[in-house]
This record gives sequence, structure tokens and C-alpha cells, in this order.
Amino acid sequence: MKVVVCVKQVPDTKGGVKFNPDGTLDRAAMLTIMNPDDKAGLEAALRLKDKYGAEVTVVTMGLPKAEEVLREALAMGADKGILVTDRVLGGADTWATSQTLAGAIRNLDYDIIITGRQAIDGDTAQVGPQISEHLGIPVISYAQKIEIEGDSVIVERQYDDRYHVLKAKMPCLITALAELNEPRYMTPGGIFDAYNAEITTWGRADLKDVDDSNLGLKGSPTQIARASDKVRKGQGEKVNLDPSESVSYIMGKLKEKHVI
Amino acid sequence: MDFTLSKEHEMARTLFKEFAEKEVKPLAIEVDETEEFPRATVEKMAKAGFLGIPIPKEYGGQGCDVMTYVMCVEELAKVCGTTAVIVSAHTSLCCDPILTYGTEEQKQKYLPDLASGRKIGAFGLTEPGAGTDAQGQQTKAVLEGDEWVLNGSKIFITNGKEADVYVIFAITGMVEKRGRMTKEISAFIVEKGTPGFSFGTKEKKMGIRGSSTYELIFTDCRIPKENMLGQQGKGFNIAMHTLDGGRIGIAAQALGIGEGALERTIEYVKERKQFGRAIGAFQNTQFQLADMATKAQAAQLLVYKAAATKDQYTKDHKTSYSVEAAQAKLYAAEMAMEVTTKAVQLHGGYGYTREYEVERMMRDAKITEIYEGTSEVQRMVISSNLLK
Repeated sequence: MKVVVCVKQVPDTKGGVKFNPDGTLDRAAMLTIMNPDDKAGLEAALRLKDKYGAEVTVVTMGLPKAEEVLREALAMGADKGILVTDRVLGGADTWATSQTLAGAIRNLDYDIIITGRQAIDGDTAQVGPQISEHLGIPVISYAQKIEIEGDSVIVERQYDDRYHVLKAKMPCLITALAELNEPRYMTPGGIFDAYNAEITTWGRADLKDVDDSNLGLKGSPTQIARASDKVRKGQGEKVNLDPSESVSYIMGKLKEKHVI
Repeated sequence: MDFTLSKEHEMARTLFKEFAEKEVKPLAIEVDETEEFPRATVEKMAKAGFLGIPIPKEYGGQGCDVMTYVMCVEELAKVCGTTAVIVSAHTSLCCDPILTYGTEEQKQKYLPDLASGRKIGAFGLTEPGAGTDAQGQQTKAVLEGDEWVLNGSKIFITNGKEADVYVIFAITGMVEKRGRMTKEISAFIVEKGTPGFSFGTKEKKMGIRGSSTYELIFTDCRIPKENMLGQQGKGFNIAMHTLDGGRIGIAAQALGIGEGALERTIEYVKERKQFGRAIGAFQNTQFQLADMATKAQAAQLLVYKAAATKDQYTKDHKTSYSVEAAQAKLYAAEMAMEVTTKAVQLHGGYGYTREYEVERMMRDAKITEIYEGTSEVQRMVISSNLLK
């Protein structure tokens, strides 16, 4: 079994957010981590490796610095890392990103592709499903549990107040939730092995069956007009009231703020 | 000379820090209060490979260098002195002598279980009458047929009741040395559950209270002949060489305790207000912090140098790291005591309560000046090298 996991290096929101003058994120200046949903996806793949001996290949698109998340993935137990990096791919929105990743994945053999549900820097949840669309394979999103049965996967898909059990033939794509599992730690020896391992680097020329018009900033139908750091909310007000009083207190506050 | 860490070491530090913050820190107060060995944390560390960091891969370890191991102990100690010493005693005092002096059979038999953390290791040298003076030993081992028969007791044994494999020292005879009869000491590997091997009292300690510190009792305890570690009569050398390595682990523990106390103090002085200002705005606080940080940095350089020197020994089996280890332990332990004491002082009344962790850190720091060779012993090691 071959599993491809897409991961993204995202800003560590604990370290503060920095911007370029054009309003895009200054990724090089921020502390970074592996996107939490992607890490859960990687853990799911590594469990398939533990159980079925699956080969796990991790793919990321980003700056050369994004190689760090691939080393981290290798130190956790992944087999191969592929970095897709090229100036012409910069400024990509979800459409151009998914086109790029699909173009890279077309070079690989796979039974399952796992992506995180969404990245904490964009929160779109679009890239995974878009990749499946480009590759013409089924997608099951929001996976909270993954099992293999013969040539199919059985996935519990999280829903508002319930979950759905879906079965799909492989090859297919699954998007993972951080709640899917508790990702394992890297091992100290794994870290040293990861730095001795070779990371495959691909550029534009290595992408298969992708049109230039679908790549990078130019190929992105959406563009960020402006981005800003989260405005911190005040501490709020804490009151201790009886239930009967509190209803009228809350209603009063809502009216005062013109909410109702 | 390059003082920057490699990318691998940086990533390893990130791993140890994340593990310490997430898995160890939330339990540190409870471990201290209940004096319970943090078994669940040890199992998590085993799974993450933390119990076999400098052990070669061929014996089931991580195959990393001493520097990586030292950073692990340091990061753990920043949040919990107990957890740090469990790793240090296991790795430096049990895995290391088996790796260094064990036969191939002994290494194959014990190291994979120890390095993977399926089993925990301990070391028994100290006796009621033999601390710094290892010649004061009373525990005896007599060869009867194919077995050594051990009688005696060991005290203050870290990982005492929780360990599975013990490196134990005992007198195996008397030999003439420079015209005087002296005790011949040998090392043995003893497994938990061996008939005649039992546990005495648990020590009630000032600090590192979750660490399982026990008396080990040997009463006609028979172990196979092949469990002798190293050559007969070489026990004293094995003990001293093992302690040279152990001191680097304890130095890393002391370093982490000091750094942990400094981190908490920096946070505290930014928040605590007196006379309308954060106390960090007062020059006394600033100067105290400057001294604390400088000493912690100096300690780190000594500890890392000792680790690098032991790494050199691993490569050439020649380089001595005895003085480097002694200097690192001496300085780091005294730094830890001074920095944690100042940390409590800067926290004022709150620092004296058990709600603020600097109080525990000050108690934990004290032992680093005592075990695996007191500060006085470290001074003896350092000065004897100067005057030889």
C-alpha cells in the first residue's frame, strides 16, 4: 500500500504573525510548525504503515525552508519527502496550490492520499477536495477514523451532531481532522536519520499535466486584498447573578450593543 | 570554535521541549506532592525513544550523541527535576557501563530492553558506610560453583524499586596494593526478582520526591557467574568511569533546573507589580536576572563541553572527560542552587509557597550538589588533575 500525505508548514500562531508590505504573510520571518490537521493526517498514514506496512511519502509545497516539515515527517517515521518549490509557484491560492500538488502527485503511485482538513493560516478546507477533483478520485473529508477493508477504505466522517460512515474504493483522498488521533513524537534517532536522508526537490518543470495558467499568483482566481493580525479582545466582564436576573442582564447588554 | 548547534540538535531540542511542556510540566507539582514515580510519563518517554538516546542502534537505542542526551535531560529538568534524574540514572549509570564494559552477550541481553525503556536501569554503589569513600564497601560477593552469592545492602539508590536491571558493586576479595591489603571490588548485573534481592525503606527526601530512592538488600542473592560486569577486581574503575559520565547527566539536570527557575522568574517579574511598576523595572531585579542568566549560560557551556568531550571518547576510546564532567557538575550544581534561591527571593512570599514552582526547584537543586559525587569530590577531581 502506498500513502501520500500532503503537509503544509504554517506560522506558529503562538509566535505572532508578521506581514510583507504587500499584505501577504512574511513566512520567512515567523516561527513555523507542521499544520496540526496535516500532522494528524501523517499520523494516520504512519498507523497504516505500522499495521499494513504502507509506504508513506510526504509532499509539501512552499519555500525552501518548508523542507523542515519534511524532515520532521521523516523523523516521525515517513519514508520519503518531496518538496515542491519554485518562484513561479509563489502567491498561490487554493486553486493554484491544489493544481500544483496534483501535478506533483501525478508522478507518484498511491492508494490513499491524506491531507489535513484545513491549514490554520488560511482555514479554507479546499485544497484536499480540489486535489481529488483534479486527479478524478473520490474524496472523504473530515475523517475522524480510518480503516482499511480489502481494496476500500471505511471512514467515519465528522458531522455537526453525528458522524457518517463512508466506504470508498482506493485510490481515494481523505482529509483528516486534528481530532483523528494524537500524533506521535519524533524520535531523537529519527531526527538524525532525517537529516541524513535525501529530500527530493521538484520545480515547475517536474509537475505533470498542469497548465501555467493554473499556477502561482497569476493562476490564482482569489487574491488577498489585505491581511491583518487578530485584534485581541478585551478580558470581558464577569458577573455572578441568579439565573432569573442573568437573562434580563444579558438581554440588556445585547440591546445596549444594538445586537438585538 | 563554533558555538552554534547543528540543525539536528536544534530539532532534537524542539522535540524535548515540546515533550517536556506537554507531558511532563503539567504533572510536576503532583509528582512532587504525592512522591509517586511518574510511571505513565516514563512509558511515554520510552515510546519516544528517550531512554536509549546515546545507545547504538544495533542495541536498540537511538544512536545519538551525548550532546543530544544532555539536551534531553536539560529540557526535562527545566520543568521537572524528578523526571530528568530518572532518565539520567537509567542511561548514564546502568546502560552506559553495560555498553562500555559488558560482554557482547550481556549487551545483547540487556541493552535492547533498557534502550527501548521496556526495562529501567539503576546503579548501586553507595552503602551506609561507603559514600565518597567507595573503599568503605561492605557488600560481598562470593563465588560458589557457577554463581556469585551477594550479601549486603546499598542505600540511596535512584530508580530503586522501579528498576528492573541493576549494576551493583561488591567486594570479591582482598588484594595487596603497594604493600597494603585493600578490598577488591567487582561489578555485577543483578535483575529484579532474583531470590534474595529485596527492597528496604524508601527515602523521604527534600527534593526530586517522585524519584524512587530505595535501599537494596541482598541476602544470599545468587546470580549467574556470567553476570559479572567487566573483569573481576575492576569494579572501582568501572564505578569511577561510570560516575564521570553520570556527572554529565546530573550537570545537565542542574543546568535545566537553574534555567527553568530563571524562565519562571522572568515571567513573574514582568507581571508582579509593586509601587505601581512591574518589579522587573527595578534595577535590583534586573541585575539579579543578569547574574542568573550569565551563570546559567556559563554552566551550559561547561555542560555542553563535557558532553562534546565524552562524544570524543566514544569515537577514540581514549579522550578523558573526567575533569570536564567534574567542572560541569560542580559549576552547574552550584549555579542551580544559587539561581533557584534567587528565584524564590524574587518571587517573594509567593516563591515560598508550593503553588509557585521555584520553591520545588530550589529543593530539587540541592541534591545536584550531593549525588554522584558531592561538590567537594568534584573539587578533588579537578585539583588532583592540576597537581599531578
